[in-house]
Amino acid sequence: MSVVTVQSGDFDLSVEVAALRDGDPQIGAVATFVGTVRERGDGAPVSAMELEHYPGMTERAIEAMVAEAQRRFDIRGVRVIHRVGRLLPRDQIVLVAVTSRHRHEAFQACEFLMDYLKTQAPFWKKETTPDGARWVDARQADDDALARWGVRVDNAA
Amino acid sequence: MKIHVRYFASLREALGASESIDVAAGTTLGALRDALIARGGEHARCLARGRAVRCALDQVMADEAQPLRDGTEVAFFPPVTGG
Repeated sequence: MSVVTVQSGDFDLSVEVAALRDGDPQIGAVATFVGTVRERGDGAPVSAMELEHYPGMTERAIEAMVAEAQRRFDIRGVRVIHRVGRLLPRDQIVLVAVTSRHRHEAFQACEFLMDYLKTQAPFWKKETTPDGARWVDARQADDDALARWGVRVDNAA
Repeated sequence: MKIHVRYFASLREALGASESIDVAAGTTLGALRDALIARGGEHARCLARGRAVRCALDQVMADEAQPLRDGTEVAFFPPVTGG
């Protein structure tokens, strides 16, 4: 089973967690994050979102982030799934699941991986609205979130 | 040296998906960006200094000081927005 998958199809959280937990009695904690497509806060409806990626680099970049998480935190297993292609509001976009002996490490590693993925994994989102399509802007807040882990990147700036 | 340049997202829409370019030995990624800017037109607009452009060398995030090698794959893209 691959740790990192980039795919267009949807994923099932319970199936992925069951697979991650399988055969490891040392696991005491499972932390998961699911990112979903939401309607914009300003009221403008998002009819669809297109996710572009850099095939090959995307998987490799996330695998390196997982390796870094395993160096930093005492964790057991990791599973990351990120979807690409055309998604609709309420669709699932990304899964990060982490197992560990104790809960603190699982929570930390899960958040670390999301903060890292947001700023360094080569995906680009394009929103389609009734007024036309626009590429989503990167946020400085995401760079700041990663900086709190001691990792400095200049993505948004 | 022959290098292969790929563009993604809004850069891809403006400049096309990819192109092959001949560059002198020792050319850095930054020098390549300058050469593309010097073409003018859409390349100058999209890759201009002051615009947030990120780059990768052989599918690893890179900074502009890094030198290119024969057969290198370079990618230019906007700040990433996954997750």
